[in-house]
Amino acid sequence: MFKRFDDDTRKVVEIFVDGRPVMAREGDTVSAALFASGLDVRRKTAVSGAPRLPYCMMGVCFDCLVTIDGMGNRQGCLVPVHPGMQIEIQKGKREIGR
Amino acid sequence: MTINRPMRDEYDLAVIGAGPAGLAAASLAAQSGLLTLLLDENQGPGGQVWRAVTSTPVKETRLLGDDYWAGSKLVEEVRASGAEILQGATVWSLDRHLEIGISAGGGSQFIRAERVILATGALERPFPIPGWTLPGVMTAGAAQTALKSSGLIPDGKTVVAGQGPLFWLLTAQILRMGGRIDLVLDTTERRNYLRALPHAAAFLTSPYFRKGLAMMREVRSKVRVVSGVTRIAASGNGRLEEVAYEAGGRSVSVPADLLLLHQGVVPNVNLAMSAGVKHRWDDIQLCWSPVLDANGGTSVEGIAIAGDGAGIGGALAAVERGRIAARAAVEALRPQAGAKVPSMETFRAALAKAERGRIFLDVLFRPSKQFRIPGGDTIVCRCEEVTAQDILDSVAIGATGPNQLKAYRRTGMGPCQGRLCGLTVTELMAEARGKPPEEIGYYRLRAPVKPITLSELASLPKNESATKAVVRG
Repeated sequence: MFKRFDDDTRKVVEIFVDGRPVMAREGDTVSAALFASGLDVRRKTAVSGAPRLPYCMMGVCFDCLVTIDGMGNRQGCLVPVHPGMQIEIQKGKREIGR
Repeated sequence: MTINRPMRDEYDLAVIGAGPAGLAAASLAAQSGLLTLLLDENQGPGGQVWRAVTSTPVKETRLLGDDYWAGSKLVEEVRASGAEILQGATVWSLDRHLEIGISAGGGSQFIRAERVILATGALERPFPIPGWTLPGVMTAGAAQTALKSSGLIPDGKTVVAGQGPLFWLLTAQILRMGGRIDLVLDTTERRNYLRALPHAAAFLTSPYFRKGLAMMREVRSKVRVVSGVTRIAASGNGRLEEVAYEAGGRSVSVPADLLLLHQGVVPNVNLAMSAGVKHRWDDIQLCWSPVLDANGGTSVEGIAIAGDGAGIGGALAAVERGRIAARAAVEALRPQAGAKVPSMETFRAALAKAERGRIFLDVLFRPSKQFRIPGGDTIVCRCEEVTAQDILDSVAIGATGPNQLKAYRRTGMGPCQGRLCGLTVTELMAEARGKPPEEIGYYRLRAPVKPITLSELASLPKNESATKAVVRG
């Protein structure tokens, strides 16, 4: 769906998506890094399990919900990446205790 | 100065939102000697229109345009003003005592201010068409955010659909950066051109007139534009695969990987409404707008609203509204300091200039009914996955307004708290019941206006009376 434009000179930041290494860039939000990764990063909704991707990218729609460093239901479009960040694509409701 | 957490418990002025209005307001207030705290949810200042202006990887000025880069001047100004700037801060509560609940850096706290200026801006109007929840369908603003903050451009087969000034700007920006757009579907109603005509003279003198025309010409020279589109539907198995549309009575389907939707922006009302600020239905802009005095003051003593949250006016108007609200705060708290800043009349004149011709845009780009009020199994509430028919069925058995509807269907009770269904629900119920939207009303919004964790709430500092209120013995 998206690719990075050619002149992006920002530093590479390694993050992990469901255990797989992904090269993000410094200043990316989690959602932007997931889009650029080219991986299938569709979450599943809590209500029906329907597949979703971020819709608004500005903190409004909550379709970017994702588990970040063990904490569920984070808004991926508002959280910046950091080296070694562990991201899990959320399938359904946030699990109890995380 | 940029800080990690508020340095005090009390301020003269708290400004919420660091877009055009918030930056202008905080800067003027701090320069006039008010202890000012600027709170913003994003990682850097700029709001949506100047998103990532201090950090964007897109450095070539031509690509995002001069209006975008104008934001950096205001950012420099506020950074030098002495205001405390807290980024990455979510304001989840504001009450009529001007107590503000802030979540930042994993913890929450309350601060209090003598005055509050809400500059929480706008959000994109819901665009509830069949299939709008499919992966691959998103707002044009979302694509613009990805473009500004991370230099991401559409790659697969891309369709852009909708209308409005931002719609053409985004399309032009994507194309300039080498992004792919296969088709533009323009949903502007043909009869709106006639309706807008009486207001055209004022718009000719608006700063937006020439820029807007140039942008539309730029897009049309590069991409196929279909005008007069009256129906759009997205479909696919687990993701977007096809966009179907109707124009001039002809139905067409095209394969697509990405569909970008946009039909204008509306005030982001959640924080203001939760604080008890009175709103009214705006029949021209088709949204809820706060009831304000000439300085942006609301029905709640001490709270003012500036920027697009006060009614859509665009970035230039937002800056002036921010200055007006800030100057009013200075006059109220430090009357003698007001002499150092330009007069209210200066700002009012600049605002009038920035707002010139706005009515032309409002009338021309008034979104059509079929794109605001869906039917059948089109989803209205994305969070709780409630369809238009579900809502009509609830009305048929007695649901009278958005708040009763919550009990029937949980609409607006998911994490987005009605931000993406509220307007649709109001208008859908108004039409089904044959009543004006004003009478149908809106969701009763309450804090926390953004979800926070229980542990954050539990770790809030407690005073003795708060503990006594809940602890027995």
